[in-house]
Amino acid sequence: MTNLSPSDTAASDTAAPTPDALADFPRHAPATDIPFQLLAPDGTAPNPDALPDPQIRLSLYRHMRRIRHFDERGWVLYRTGRLGVFPPFKGMEGSQVGTAAALTSDDWLFPTYRDTGAALTLGLPIARTLAYWRTSPHGWHMPENLKVLPFYIPIATQYPHAVGAALAEQRKGTKNVAMAYIGDGGSSEGDFHEALNFAGALNAPCIFILQNNGWAISVPTRTQTRAVNLARRADGYGIPGVRVDGNDVLATYQVTVEAVARARAGQGPTLIETVTYRIAAHTVADDPTRYRTDADTAGWAEKDPITRLRLHLLAEGILTEESDAALLKEIAEEFEAALNEADTYPEPEPAEILDHVFAEPTPQLVAQRAEILREVGE
Amino acid sequence: MTATQTPPATSSTTRTMVAAINDALAIALERDPTTYLFGEDVGVMGGVFRASDGLQARFGTDRVFDTPLAEASIVGMGIGMGLAGLRPIAEIQFAGFMYPALDQILSHLGRYRHRTRSRYSLPMVIRAPYGGGVHTPEQHADSPEAILAHVPGVKVVIPSTPTDAKGLLLAAIEDPDPVFFLEAIKLYRSTKESVPDGHYTIPLGKARVVTEGDDVTVITYGGMVEVSVKAAEAARAHGIGVEVIDLRTLVPMDLETVLNSVAKTGRAVVVTEAPRTGGFHSEISANIAEHAIDSLRAPILRVTGYDAPYPPFTAIEDVYRPNALRVARAIRTVMGY
Ligand SMILES: Cc1ncc(C[n+]2csc(CCOP(=O)(O)OP(=O)(O)O)c2C)c(N)n1
Repeated sequence: MTNLSPSDTAASDTAAPTPDALADFPRHAPATDIPFQLLAPDGTAPNPDALPDPQIRLSLYRHMRRIRHFDERGWVLYRTGRLGVFPPFKGMEGSQVGTAAALTSDDWLFPTYRDTGAALTLGLPIARTLAYWRTSPHGWHMPENLKVLPFYIPIATQYPHAVGAALAEQRKGTKNVAMAYIGDGGSSEGDFHEALNFAGALNAPCIFILQNNGWAISVPTRTQTRAVNLARRADGYGIPGVRVDGNDVLATYQVTVEAVARARAGQGPTLIETVTYRIAAHTVADDPTRYRTDADTAGWAEKDPITRLRLHLLAEGILTEESDAALLKEIAEEFEAALNEADTYPEPEPAEILDHVFAEPTPQLVAQRAEILREVGE
Repeated sequence: MTATQTPPATSSTTRTMVAAINDALAIALERDPTTYLFGEDVGVMGGVFRASDGLQARFGTDRVFDTPLAEASIVGMGIGMGLAGLRPIAEIQFAGFMYPALDQILSHLGRYRHRTRSRYSLPMVIRAPYGGGVHTPEQHADSPEAILAHVPGVKVVIPSTPTDAKGLLLAAIEDPDPVFFLEAIKLYRSTKESVPDGHYTIPLGKARVVTEGDDVTVITYGGMVEVSVKAAEAARAHGIGVEVIDLRTLVPMDLETVLNSVAKTGRAVVVTEAPRTGGFHSEISANIAEHAIDSLRAPILRVTGYDAPYPPFTAIEDVYRPNALRVARAIRTVMGY
C-alpha cells in the first residue's frame, strides 16, 4: 500500500479477532438510534480503554489532515482553472478515513464521486486523483497494487458489483473483503436494497458504508425517506446494521474494523451508517444557499472530525503543536510534488476516445479511428 | 416552412430554451390541476438546470415535489399516477441516468394502452436533459434517444429552439400517450429568441425546415441543429444549397418532409451526436433508402458520435461530438460523389 507512512499498516490493525470477540457482534447494533461514539466533540473520551492504540490514532489523524489538504487545495485549484468540477468532502474526513483505513490493499474499494478521501486513504496516488478531477484519462489508470475502482458517477449502480467482488474473493478462498460507499440519497435506489439483500442471502464479505451527510444535492434526508435511522434498514435484510458518529474517526474506525473482521471470518456483510454532514456545496460549482440555510448547517462546524481528534491527541501528548506543524508541512510538500507530477501528464490524443472500448477494436472502431485522424489531421 | 404551426401573434418575451420550458411547465400546471411535476431536486432547487425554478413556490409541494433518488420509482410511480387519471411530468436529472428506469420503460411504459385494449392510457411526460458540448462528468452527456425510440408505444420529442421547446412540451403534456422529452443541455442557455407568451402547441410529428436549399438535405434534431445550420452556411458560401430539417419529433417521425426534401435535393446527410452503431440516424437513413432510393444521387452519409462511451475528457470531448466542420465535409463528399 502507498499509505502515508510505512508504519501505517492498516493490515495489522485488522488482525483477526478471537471468536469470542465476534460472539456478541454487533456490539453497536441499532438498538439505539444514538450513533456510536468514542470521542466527544470537545475531544474527551469517556471510555479511554476503548480507544485504539495511540499510533493508530495518530495515523488516522494524518490521513484526515492529508485529505482535508486535498479538499482545500482543490477549491483553490478549481478557482484558478487547474482542477475541474469536483465534489468536496470537507467535514466527512472522519467517515472516509475511519472506514477506508480498516482495509488493506488486497481489499476492494468501490467509491462514489464524493469519496476522493477514502480512495486517497487506501492509497490512490494524489497525482492520479488530481488527474481524474482534471477530466484526464490518466485519472482512470488505477494502480496495479490496489483494487480501487474509478469514482462511480451513476448512483448506487456499483453496489451489486461490490457484492459480486466480495463473493468472488470468498469463492477464491481469500479473506479479502469489498467495501462500497453510498450516500443517504443513493440508499433510496433499488440497487442499494437489492445488493444488501443479495449480500445477506449469499453471505458475501461486503461492507456497505452509507454516509449520511444530510443532503442529496438539494434534498434533505427527511425528504428522501421517512426512516430516521438508516442503519436499521439492515434488519430487513437480516444483516447487522451499525450507526456510528461519522465525525468521530475513532468510533468509525472501530466499528469498521469489527465489520471487516466479521466479514473476513466468514460472517457476512454489515451496513454501517456514518452520521455526518456535507459542510460545503454539492460540487464546487453548486450554490447551496438555494436550498439550505445557515440554521440547517449550524452546529456542524463544531463537530469537525479533525478538530476533535486534534484536541484529544494534544491532551494525550500524542501530538504536539510542533509535530502538528511539521505534519502539515510534510503533507503540503507531498501534495505540491504530486501536483507537479500531475502537471507532467500529457493531454489525451483525439483518437484516444476510441481506446479501451473492446480488447480488440472492432472493424468499425478501426475505421472510426482513421476517420478521427483524418478529421483532426486536415 | 412546411409544417410549422405559427403560434398566435400575441405578445412575446425573449427567452432562453430553459426559460421557455419553465414557462410551458407553469402554463401546464396552471391550466390543468391534474398535472404534477416531480423528480430529483425539481422542487426547492428548481432543478439542476432551473427548468422548474419557482414552480414549487407557485403551485405548492403537492403539485411540484422532490422524490427520493430512484429513477425506476420515479418512472414507475408516474406510470401509476397516469393510470389513475393524473398527468404526471417526471424529470430524470440527466438522460444518462434513465438507465435504472429502463425496466419500467421497457416492461410497462409503452405497453399499458396495448395490453388493456385502450382501457387505460398513460399521459405521462418524462423530461430529461441530454447530450454533450458542455464538459460534464461521465454519463452526463449521453444521447439515448435510439434506445427510447425503439420502445413501442412511446413518443420521443427533441426540440432545438425556445419557441419549439415550449410548444412541443405543451403538446407532449396534452398528448394521451407517454412522451419522452429530451432537452439538449448545450442549448438550454445558448439560444435566446422571442417566444410567444401564453398557451400554444406545436403538433408532435411535424418536422421544421430550418434552411432551404436544392442540393443537399441535412436531417437532424436537438443539439445538432445549430451545428448543421453552421455547416449549411459554410456550404452556401461555396454555392451549395443545403436544406436543414429539424425533425423535432423522432416518434412519430415526419417522413414526408424528409422525403419531399430528398426528392428535391437527391442527397442526404444525417447528423446526430449519439454513437454510430444502431443510432436513430440509421433509422432515418434506412427510411430514405427504402422510400427514396430512386431520387438519390449519392450515398446517404451519417455524421455521428463514435462507438465509444461519450468521453468526459475536456481536452478531447469535442472530437466525439460532431461539429460544423465534420458536417460540412459530409456535405462536400455527397456533392462530389
Ligand atoms: C442514477 C443517478 N441519478 C441521478 C444522479 C444525479 N445526482 C448526482 S449526485 C446526486 C445526489 C446524491 O446524493 P447522496 O446519495 O446523498 O450522496 P452525496 O452527494 O450527498 O454524497 C444526484 C441526484 C446520478 N449521478 N445518478
